[in-house]
Amino acid sequence: MPPLFWESGLEVKPVYTATDLEASGGTGRIGLPGEYPFTRGIHPQMYRRRPFTMRQYSGFGTAAETHERFLYLIKHGQTGLNVAFDLPTQCGLDSDDPMAEAEVGRVGMAVDSLADMEEAFADIDLNEITVSLTINGAAVPIMAMYFAMARKRGFELASLRGTAQNDILKEFIGRGTWIFPVEPSIKLIGDTMEYCAKNVPKYSPVSVCGYHVRESGANPAQEMAYGLAIACAYLDHALARGLDANRVARGITFNFDIHGNLWEQVAKFRAGRRLWARLLRERYGVDDPRAMQLRMIAGGGGGGLTIQQPENNIVRGAYYALASALSGTQTMALCSYDEAYTIPSEHAARLSLRTMQILIHEVGLCDTVDPLAGSYFVESTTNEMERRIEALMAELDAQGGIVKGVAEGRVQAAVNRQAYELERKLHSGEIKKVGVNVYEEEEEEREVELHPYRETEARRQVERLNRVRRERDGAAADRLLERVRQAARAGENVMPSVIDAVEAYATVGEVCAVLREVYGTYQEPVRF
Amino acid sequence: MSEERQQRRIRVLIAKPGLDGHDVGAKLVSRALMDAGMEVIYTGLRQAPEAIARAAMEEAVDVVGLSVLSGAHLPLCRKVKQALEDRRLFGEVLWIVGGNVPRGDHAELRALGVDGVFPTGTPFEEIARFIQDKVPA
Repeated sequence: MPPLFWESGLEVKPVYTATDLEASGGTGRIGLPGEYPFTRGIHPQMYRRRPFTMRQYSGFGTAAETHERFLYLIKHGQTGLNVAFDLPTQCGLDSDDPMAEAEVGRVGMAVDSLADMEEAFADIDLNEITVSLTINGAAVPIMAMYFAMARKRGFELASLRGTAQNDILKEFIGRGTWIFPVEPSIKLIGDTMEYCAKNVPKYSPVSVCGYHVRESGANPAQEMAYGLAIACAYLDHALARGLDANRVARGITFNFDIHGNLWEQVAKFRAGRRLWARLLRERYGVDDPRAMQLRMIAGGGGGGLTIQQPENNIVRGAYYALASALSGTQTMALCSYDEAYTIPSEHAARLSLRTMQILIHEVGLCDTVDPLAGSYFVESTTNEMERRIEALMAELDAQGGIVKGVAEGRVQAAVNRQAYELERKLHSGEIKKVGVNVYEEEEEEREVELHPYRETEARRQVERLNRVRRERDGAAADRLLERVRQAARAGENVMPSVIDAVEAYATVGEVCAVLREVYGTYQEPVRF
Repeated sequence: MSEERQQRRIRVLIAKPGLDGHDVGAKLVSRALMDAGMEVIYTGLRQAPEAIARAAMEEAVDVVGLSVLSGAHLPLCRKVKQALEDRRLFGEVLWIVGGNVPRGDHAELRALGVDGVFPTGTPFEEIARFIQDKVPA
């Protein structure tokens, strides 16, 4: 029988026994759910007490259109919101910027000013429905707007929950919505961490995304290793600023990817949870158990979906959801079956939601905690995966750490090489993909319901922006933007001044322009 | 492959116009074309159409390849066409487009003057062969 390897390089045996489990490190560190080292999950009763939050990534066009989709998803049982912003917003540009032309509202909601934030979340109870903001390069003004909006609506910042993605290192590695150079970008994340630790303590200012590193070509072990290394980099920065490790660590959450081998995902998550807890305790001296918990959104990744035979993606999504639930995620999202073509149609988004609801209500995924625990196979591979992730992290450290690796473009180049390797294996058939390199069909030209892009909405957004600029107290906005500039120049935390500025309806583009003046713009190191 | 072609390597500019940051595909295609013996210049993200045309001119490339996954391929290609025309490169270089491009838009891209459209999932060999067939040795 030929040997079998997972993508991460682990060799998998045809049969596992007690002897294998003992040889891999035994059962000594499994522990109990809700207890250190959290191998079995971060809560004692997990989904029996409360099922995972369902939070589909959504947003398009103007705030008004997005608001409608939010209400639709909530009506159909979604329990959280995950906001998609358009590319100009993500890149810190206003809707009337020349570079924004043809991009306004295309892949997410256009946000220029507080007025848009107010409209998007109108009448939504922010205590009931927690909101996750998928924003990175422009996280400072967008988080500031979210806090300003919440405060204006009467929610206490002291009890406000929610998450911002705000992980710039993975944007440099994969997703590309960076704005400022590496060092000031990390400083800005530190500003949000510090601001939240002091003023919005229940809010998670950072959600580290192994997800996008994986989507860029990393294997599952690397996804976890890079993710944890990135989290450590932010933590190191926060500690250097004198913040308390227990406090800051509680604000770091994670976003991971699911596609490929189900068992490999399960081992990745159980191992990652245990390793993160150990790192926090041993390396950072964290003693608050809540601060050691790896809290995550783990969802079905677009990387697993195919253009070919798109209905197969519905089936894939269901298996990814299963893997996510078996891995003890806190929040789930699924890429929809039409996502290889377009942003999800209402129908496709609802189907993803139903997939998760079927898991909760029909299949018994919430019956008991960590049902795979104790399996010779699962525990052996969890042990082996933990060692592999740790070795990858040590390798990164030996090369000078992830921040240096990203700044020099080495990490990006390594991930790209791996993506190429994967592509080559798909092409040769070494890795099988149904409908792509096995069971291919001559497919007819099919009518796919594409989400329409409406130029009129983009024009309306620009008109709206102009109206905001006309109607606000321009002198006050200028004065407050000047204060942002001074804070940035002085190396102070910019969050308080940015919140004041956006409250006076300073725009995302204006705030980012000021920060660009002080910090400069990232120059991409192009390496192969 | 003719002998002349072995002597003169085909030069390709791979560019990411607009704000889309998904560059896995652009980098994969760049590498595949290098492996096929071509010289590839990759621009990096967020290139303005004028900057792409300028790079094509300065680097004296035979091929301009755009990668767009945001759905903004039609308006971006209209602008790139203008920029190529301004530099008298339109019709002189082979112009190809890849990424998340629905079939329904292929005809319109061709009508604009795009020589080849290679949506996500196209085998790299197909792209390399297309270039080798079209670029005179």
